Amino acid sequence: MTGPVVTTPTVSAGAGVDRSSPVGARIGVVTFPGSLDDRDALRAIVAAGGTAVPLWHADADLHGVDAVVLPGGFSYGDYLRTGAIARFAPVMTAVVEAAHDGLPVLGICNGFQLLTEAHLLPGALARNASLRFVCRDQRLRVESSATAWTSGYAAGQEIVVPVKNGEGAYVADDATLDALESEGRVVVRYLGSNPNGSYRDIAGIANASGTIVGLMPHPEHAIDPLTGPSRDGMGFFTSILRRMLTGTVGAR
Amino acid sequence: MPRVVVDVMLKPEILDPQGQAVAAALPRLGFDGIVRVRQGKRFELTVDGEVTDDRIAEVRRAAETLLANPVIEDFTVRVEP
Repeated sequence: MTGPVVTTPTVSAGAGVDRSSPVGARIGVVTFPGSLDDRDALRAIVAAGGTAVPLWHADADLHGVDAVVLPGGFSYGDYLRTGAIARFAPVMTAVVEAAHDGLPVLGICNGFQLLTEAHLLPGALARNASLRFVCRDQRLRVESSATAWTSGYAAGQEIVVPVKNGEGAYVADDATLDALESEGRVVVRYLGSNPNGSYRDIAGIANASGTIVGLMPHPEHAIDPLTGPSRDGMGFFTSILRRMLTGTVGAR
Repeated sequence: MPRVVVDVMLKPEILDPQGQAVAAALPRLGFDGIVRVRQGKRFELTVDGEVTDDRIAEVRRAAETLLANPVIEDFTVRVEP
């Protein structure tokens, strides 16, 4: 690696989090210039019992991780379009290739925008209908538990996690939306008022095999009642770790 | 050096809240004759040497790869006279 020296962040689960049974699955979190929520994602992975592996946008490989989280933030300043520049970062070549081979990938907020720009998920994220940045605790319904990242939830389960975005309106043409609905690939949906004008209240979607999930709300901010509205977000991270243990996902 | 212009617009079916906000502001300023606004992006690309068909094709590839997101945006390419 050239350029700035990046040291491995010290990641601690914090008080009150059970770390007694680490399962050893290694989950990478990519840091881009402008990422904001990479530390919280790393922390959530540790809190769920996994091994968090910091990845750098200029890395050409994924250091053998079992899954990847693309975190929230404003990668490369979100110049041009959200995620449009980050999509061509060296690490994304490796992510896209591995994702096509079945590596589980979770894109949160800016990570979701990145997944659509990289064509790993259909549709796009457009500017909020209100033109306002919206930051609040949001009720969601988990529509599908048939993904690598939501198997720990019950389909139909209601959760509360923070949403914070300015360009979070999920848009796609009707044929794409119909296909997502009929194939059970709408993973989470907004309940109550729609924060950003997303078509059909869609908050998150998955690829056909359920290995790749993108969502605008932030489960990594809802793992500890001290700092979040709930612990409802923990399920995304425990789901992937459990799937690693049982070996049902993770073709690499 | 010659310039090639790429105009990028949201597809008609995609909501354009920025254009709507501009459209709502115009009557307040006394511009009563404008009924609708769609907002887009304009890229001015200065190219090396003559603007050949190959160069135009290259710009077109750049537009669909990076300048525009074809999922939600349309673009046009033209040579600046």
